[in-house]
Amino acid sequence: MFDIDKWQEIFATIKKNKMRTFLTGFSVAWGIFMLMILLGSGNGLSNGVASNFMNDAVNAMWIWTGKTTIAYEGMKTGRTIQFHNADQEIIKKVPGIGAVSGRYFMGNTRYSYNKESGEYTTITCQPELIQVENLVMEEGRFINQIDVMQNRKVVVIGADMKTALFKDSTAIGEYVNVNNVPFKVVGVCTEPGSTRNRNAYMPLSTAQMIFNGSNRLHNLALTINAETLDESQAIEDQIRNVLGRQYKFDPKDESAIGLYNKLENYIQTMRIFQAIKIFIWIIGIGTLIAGIVGVSNIMLIVVKERTKEIGIRKAIGASPSSVIGLILLDAIMITTVAGYIGLVMGTGLMEMINYFMLQSADAASAAAANGGQQGESVFLNPTVDFNIAVSATLLLIVAGAIAGYIPAKRAASIKPIEALRDE
Amino acid sequence: MISLNSIHKSYAMGSNSLHVLKGINLEIEQGEFVSIMGSSGSGKSTLLNILGILDNYDEGSYHLNGTLIKNMSEKQAAKLRNELLGFVFQSFNLISFKNAMENVALPLYYQGVSRKKRNIIALEYLDKMGLLEWANHLPSEMSGGQKQRVAIARSLISKPKIIFADEPTGALDSVTSIEVMEILKEINKEGITLIIVTHEHDIAAMTHKIIRVE
Repeated sequence: MFDIDKWQEIFATIKKNKMRTFLTGFSVAWGIFMLMILLGSGNGLSNGVASNFMNDAVNAMWIWTGKTTIAYEGMKTGRTIQFHNADQEIIKKVPGIGAVSGRYFMGNTRYSYNKESGEYTTITCQPELIQVENLVMEEGRFINQIDVMQNRKVVVIGADMKTALFKDSTAIGEYVNVNNVPFKVVGVCTEPGSTRNRNAYMPLSTAQMIFNGSNRLHNLALTINAETLDESQAIEDQIRNVLGRQYKFDPKDESAIGLYNKLENYIQTMRIFQAIKIFIWIIGIGTLIAGIVGVSNIMLIVVKERTKEIGIRKAIGASPSSVIGLILLDAIMITTVAGYIGLVMGTGLMEMINYFMLQSADAASAAAANGGQQGESVFLNPTVDFNIAVSATLLLIVAGAIAGYIPAKRAASIKPIEALRDE
Repeated sequence: MISLNSIHKSYAMGSNSLHVLKGINLEIEQGEFVSIMGSSGSGKSTLLNILGILDNYDEGSYHLNGTLIKNMSEKQAAKLRNELLGFVFQSFNLISFKNAMENVALPLYYQGVSRKKRNIIALEYLDKMGLLEWANHLPSEMSGGQKQRVAIARSLISKPKIIFADEPTGALDSVTSIEVMEILKEINKEGITLIIVTHEHDIAAMTHKIIRVE
């Protein structure tokens, strides 16, 4: 196997038969290349969608209010439902509920610091919101339980607000005026997957005391602990029942409260991706089979073409095993190198696509920072599991070797004179 | 050296078989220069192939250098051919993608001689054949006579005891044929047994013994 002279003989044969080498190599390289692209695209698509889901907790749920459309317990339709602080506690009692945060939005709140000022949306919330929305703290901390209990005048600002109001100086510990009331900045945050971080967060209790004085909530953000679609739907039903009892509406009334269950969406989307993955694998296996057939075909032709050469070699003293070795190592050499080339080219192309996707995502976020909309990529990290790539290449090499071995063995064991007669 | 005892060989031709060799008896001594003659289809090439262990026979016995050649494995046959025998064919049978030097050196590859060493030896043999300048040429770039001389150099390089030549001049013009025969005569003078198959009387006349196959 590691006889240098043998390898030199093989290299000499490969070098002198460029067309044959190219054809064998091309079919292998192409098969692997296509497989890499297929699997890479599948992975990229599924990674991209999965990462978009990760912008919030996968098990997040949002509940908002609406108007009733079904008459219930003697009440007319068209009643407006309004959430209150107490609903947070009611929801928490439903089994399977994790973190709960009520929210009250204050649009166009004026923030000013020294000479800089701007209007931003203020979200008043509970400390639990960070778990639901997966907010990332760039500096400082999020609102905590003590802030809520003591009605502290603290605020967490979005990264873009920090840049606009504070420029390069430190924001943490500074006081900003929110509608002319000074609030201490305790943190700077970003929303994952978002290119606009222009929301500020402050404790619900503080905001209600200072700005509107009531106990009203716009909506409820929460996380649920469910594994399956059925479980999460059961929790949904429970919530509708509980809130229906509280505000006297029919739990079947879809308009009384709105409900978005991310987990349900996530599970369904992942199911679609499972199906797409299976589909990609079927095509991928088909491509591999085409590659195997191609290699086998070429190997059959190679042996046929070399029959006379085999006869000559045998006449001057080549043993059958050396003849088989020559043909097989030749085939294995070519398929290995070609498979590797296909692997590198396929991975290279996917990396290139990945690079340009990231570039354009950066460009999109730059545009978004100037007031454009949020840029989300549906294609992320389109790479292939290294083991799968190597196994596919090995499979082709083995297939090529087997396809070469059978005719090579036959050619090597016939009488040399029969091989010599072959024209 | 060579001893044949009532050798029979037939080929299956569809349903019936063609009986080519019907009980051949033959003795060839070391250093002889023998020609096998006969009309086409007489089985002279078949006989040569059996002698060269390129083909097998059905009945009888064949002793080569004291060894019985019968039902030999391809591996053993390959070893014997490599060490004891050399071949020259009518159609030269050079490997088309190897140059003259590599073709000549090939038998030594199967003896495990290093590339450098066997290429040097191959050049020596090509020089003997007057083909040193052609060492790096492919067979397709050479004339018939040159190709046959390359083939002869290849058959000689493993220092065989016997050289078999199947119509060595069959594809050559008369002038080149004489040249090739002169080379073969020289080889025979060095003590190598030479057995050639031919259907040309003037070629056969240059050998020491003529065997006729009917």
